[in-house]
Amino acid sequence: MNEFDYQVVEDAAKELYIRALKLLPPDVKKALNRAYERETHETAKQILQMILKNIEVAEEQDLLICQDTGLPIYFVTMGSQFPVDGAKIVNALKEGAKRATLEHPFRGSSTHPLTRINPQTSVGDGLPIIHWEFEEHRDYLDILMVPKGSGSENMSAMKMFIPADGVGALKRFVLERVFENGANPCPPGIIGVGIGGTADLVSVLAKKAIARPIGSKNPDPELAKLEAELFEVINELGIGPMGLGGKTTTLAVHIEAAYTHITLNPVAVNTQCWPARRARAKIFSDGKVKYGF
Amino acid sequence: MVFETRKGKKMAHYNLTTPLSEDDVRQLKVRDIVTVNGHIFGIRDATQIRMFDHNQEPPVDLTGAICLHTAPSLKKVGDRWEKIIIGTTTSTRMERFTPPLMEKYSVRAIVGKAGLLQGSLEAMNRLGGCYLAIVGGAAALETTQIEEVEEVFWEDLHPEAIYKLRVKDFGPLIVAMDSHMNHLYFDVKGQAKEKMPELLRKLGAV
Repeated sequence: MNEFDYQVVEDAAKELYIRALKLLPPDVKKALNRAYERETHETAKQILQMILKNIEVAEEQDLLICQDTGLPIYFVTMGSQFPVDGAKIVNALKEGAKRATLEHPFRGSSTHPLTRINPQTSVGDGLPIIHWEFEEHRDYLDILMVPKGSGSENMSAMKMFIPADGVGALKRFVLERVFENGANPCPPGIIGVGIGGTADLVSVLAKKAIARPIGSKNPDPELAKLEAELFEVINELGIGPMGLGGKTTTLAVHIEAAYTHITLNPVAVNTQCWPARRARAKIFSDGKVKYGF
Repeated sequence: MVFETRKGKKMAHYNLTTPLSEDDVRQLKVRDIVTVNGHIFGIRDATQIRMFDHNQEPPVDLTGAICLHTAPSLKKVGDRWEKIIIGTTTSTRMERFTPPLMEKYSVRAIVGKAGLLQGSLEAMNRLGGCYLAIVGGAAALETTQIEEVEEVFWEDLHPEAIYKLRVKDFGPLIVAMDSHMNHLYFDVKGQAKEKMPELLRKLGAV
């Protein structure tokens, strides 16, 4: 453990931020392509055509997909076969996100919440946001990076329902949220839904949900069924790509859940825009790094 | 790029060169497609707060202009500004500035995402203006259609200054609000609202 060079994590944190801003994951591209093929609404088809063209141009010309470089979020999973120093990881992620912003360079979007002063570094108190998980047997450090843009993040919502409101209230809340959000979160993206836990946990669950690859299902069959049901109904709303009408309002609905209190029934919605950006690094104890999504 | 269009559709495609005349704008109907050549002016919240809350005259003539809601990533090399990435931001925040922008400075079109509201729609009807929707998030494509950042006014406000951008085949843009009181975002939401009760029943969430 002492021999591991944490500079590797810092370099990876920088590289992940830049990669996420330029290369969309294959599952997202596939879902957008499929939406384009299936779409029959004229305007919607045109918008999807432009989206696909934009992804191509960004890759060919090494450009950022979207100008909103977002707030940096890192999901870190530590494996029991490769224990690391958490405090050093935090420092490395912060420095990496900052270096990406200054060295690429691109617009830093982080700001003091009261003075609104922007250090142009993408970091600051509480940033980057880091979520920790742990997994037995795994022999590498897994880092998933999500740059979260404001167009979609501004459309987030959380509500504390009570048990008497039932599942129906959760479904209604999600559908009404998507309707209210309309064109703002740059649809069609991913609708992340958190269910259960407490007010804070339910919001994190919704964020975890948008970070999942499109095509993945919740392992709980009941929740997977609810994902499919909401997906179908949301796409009947007709909001469409960029809110200008069409069959494709969302590419996926993902639900993440946790047990909650007997008197609680919390739900959170986090929306992700069509550039559903994420990048992953697997870091091994010998310093090797494998990049993916 | 050119859109594939199906036969029998009435949607028209216009190539417009700036500055725009009232006739240029009045011919447009929602869902028409527009491609722009000439110049587009990048503006944002801070630019318009200075214009309308601090009553400062913009240092450039905006008559017939197309304004883009943006906060570009640029780098200054000597006297020149080079583009890193230029994309579009949500327009709704700038609703209250749009009627005076058209009335006082004769701006003819706004390019943005997510649309403007009733006040702007009425101003567009009265003065001859329109809203052209761009695909939000598609900044890479947008950047390649901007040939040069020719001038930056009110540089102290960067990235919310006024940017004179020379564009080539900028678009395609979708007419989402026209000068005849048609508002595509309102229409889409209106239809979705009508469907709501049926969809809630389907979910067993009535």
